[in-house]
Amino acid sequence: MAFVQIRDMSVAFGSAPALRGISLSVERGEALGLVGESGCGKSITWLAALGLLPRSAKVGGSVLLDGVELIGASPSVLEPVRGGRIAMIFQDPASSLNPVHRIGHQIAEALALHRGLTGAPARAEVIRLLDQVGIPDAKTRANAYPHELSGGQNQRVMIAMALAGEPELLVADEPTTALDVTIQAQILDLLGTIRRDTGMGLVLISHDLGVVSETCSRIAVMYAGRIVEQAESAAIFANPSHPYTRGLLGAMPPISGPRQKLVSIPGSVPEASRMPQGCAFAPRCSEAIADCTRVDPAAVTVEANHLAACIRATPAKTGTRTPERVLA
Amino acid sequence: MTASQMPLLSAQDLARTYSIRRGMAGRVTNVRAVDGVTLTIARGETLGLVGESGCGKSTTARLVLGIERPDEGQVRFDGAPMPGSGSPGWAALRKRMQLVFQDPLSALDRRLPVGLQIREPLEIHRMGTPAEQNARVAEVMEEVGLQPHHADRHPHALSGGQRQRAVIARALVTQPDLLVCDEPISALDVSIQAQVMNLLVELQERLGMGMLFVSHDLRAVRQISHRVAVMYLGRIVEEGAPDEILHAPAHPYSQALVSAIPHPGKTARRIVLQGDPPNPADRPPGCAFHPRCPVTAMRCRTETPLLKPRPSDGRRVACHVAQGEVAPGHVGQLELS
Repeated sequence: MAFVQIRDMSVAFGSAPALRGISLSVERGEALGLVGESGCGKSITWLAALGLLPRSAKVGGSVLLDGVELIGASPSVLEPVRGGRIAMIFQDPASSLNPVHRIGHQIAEALALHRGLTGAPARAEVIRLLDQVGIPDAKTRANAYPHELSGGQNQRVMIAMALAGEPELLVADEPTTALDVTIQAQILDLLGTIRRDTGMGLVLISHDLGVVSETCSRIAVMYAGRIVEQAESAAIFANPSHPYTRGLLGAMPPISGPRQKLVSIPGSVPEASRMPQGCAFAPRCSEAIADCTRVDPAAVTVEANHLAACIRATPAKTGTRTPERVLA
Repeated sequence: MTASQMPLLSAQDLARTYSIRRGMAGRVTNVRAVDGVTLTIARGETLGLVGESGCGKSTTARLVLGIERPDEGQVRFDGAPMPGSGSPGWAALRKRMQLVFQDPLSALDRRLPVGLQIREPLEIHRMGTPAEQNARVAEVMEEVGLQPHHADRHPHALSGGQRQRAVIARALVTQPDLLVCDEPISALDVSIQAQVMNLLVELQERLGMGMLFVSHDLRAVRQISHRVAVMYLGRIVEEGAPDEILHAPAHPYSQALVSAIPHPGKTARRIVLQGDPPNPADRPPGCAFHPRCPVTAMRCRTETPLLKPRPSDGRRVACHVAQGEVAPGHVGQLELS
């Protein structure tokens, strides 16, 4: 059974739906990419799974962690999960860290909370973690305040803090969006190294298909609170089966070949309170037919391990191509 | 040089230093944000300026527009020296050179309908009668792909893409000769970025403006620019055609930037630069890139390389190693992932 099994999860704030039935699973040790534009629900999915949304949010469906239900679970069930089994890091490390405490102290707090470490053993573990995430001169740097570190180093500190609970799964929510390109490369590299060393699973949330493709073996594309396509990374690029995925790929300027007009997606993402009838993407879709505004399509299998929620997506003849795992 | 050959904009050896105080009682430090930048933009040409935060690309944009006065060097616009910021001559020039910012929501006034804001430059520069102004606003809105009814909307009632179109319409309403775009797409969603990139390319071709496109995104820069300049710590380190820089970068920093572009199905190994982005207040001696450079030689630590054509192929690059002046240093530091 999958490590995390999300079934038909929905989230609504008042009458505005933020998630409209998500089914997604993460295997133990797997790297899954979650891609979509702002407001598509990619962060909400994991905040809801960990019970971190405000009370005003109506959460439905089921999230099983190793077979244990998390939706509506009591704090005694959820607390060891948060930061212990599933850790999360966010886009802007500077606003996630406490500016008035030394970074070593903040990591030690996480160690005390999740592993009961205090005193000298905690101090040694803080230095080991800072070392693991590539902070030079960890012993001295543990005494630094967040403002004394660069954005990239602060994100390394956040990763160290997330590792403090020895999580089985790290959910990284746009971890490199606020960082420079060369620092983004360092952080993605670090996440890869940690996964190789610890076997930790990773959910990488990003708006950038390029970032996700390099890091993750499987990708789920979200649009307006739904997963519209999921497949192995190579298959997403070789055989994108939802028009929105094709649109995202077309919107990415190529790095070689003739320079021509980008295939852009017209219009913009619908507001949650004004969700269109039928398929939410239909008003922007160049391939929409009359039925698209009537039926909200369910996911169909286009090939093995490849799902697309589009009424025009047709199952491929079996055996025509095998999805290769070149991006593992 | 005839008038048609004369570049629209030329900047020679621009330098700008800021004084900052570190800490409450700290000493004053001089930060050289721009350090000897020379660039030209022809009519109908787009120059892409690419670099990471703090490299001085936005300061360069403000200097070429005359919003800030350089401490050293000179900007010439259409053959004449740039008048001082705030002077009547400069105010008159401003209608010929316009600026588009990163975040459309903060570039627009939330309390005014966008139609009025698009019209405002015409009123400031007293261009045309009210009827002509109305006609021009309608025309420019159509050019950027806004509907006539959007004119009455407030910024918050528009989508992110529509807001950036309004900002571009406001910049174009005076029919400028030069458009400077400072990270115009970074705050936008992926699908909207493509719309705005297409729009900028199309407008530039149709209107024949010169354009300075400032971005950290090499992909976007390739899509939009005719020529690319890579900046590092206040200096241009390499300049050339977009595909030359993307496919055969000469400067080790350009090489790292190119290899850091996330790219589906990428098989080439990535050069992971060591260390943090540099602090302009703490500029290393010699070549500013040398502490992070995988091929640093002794000479790089003491002597700043100049931007000049490389003997082999004429590529403009500021690097002792790329110029063949010294042998590459310890390649052992090069870390491949």
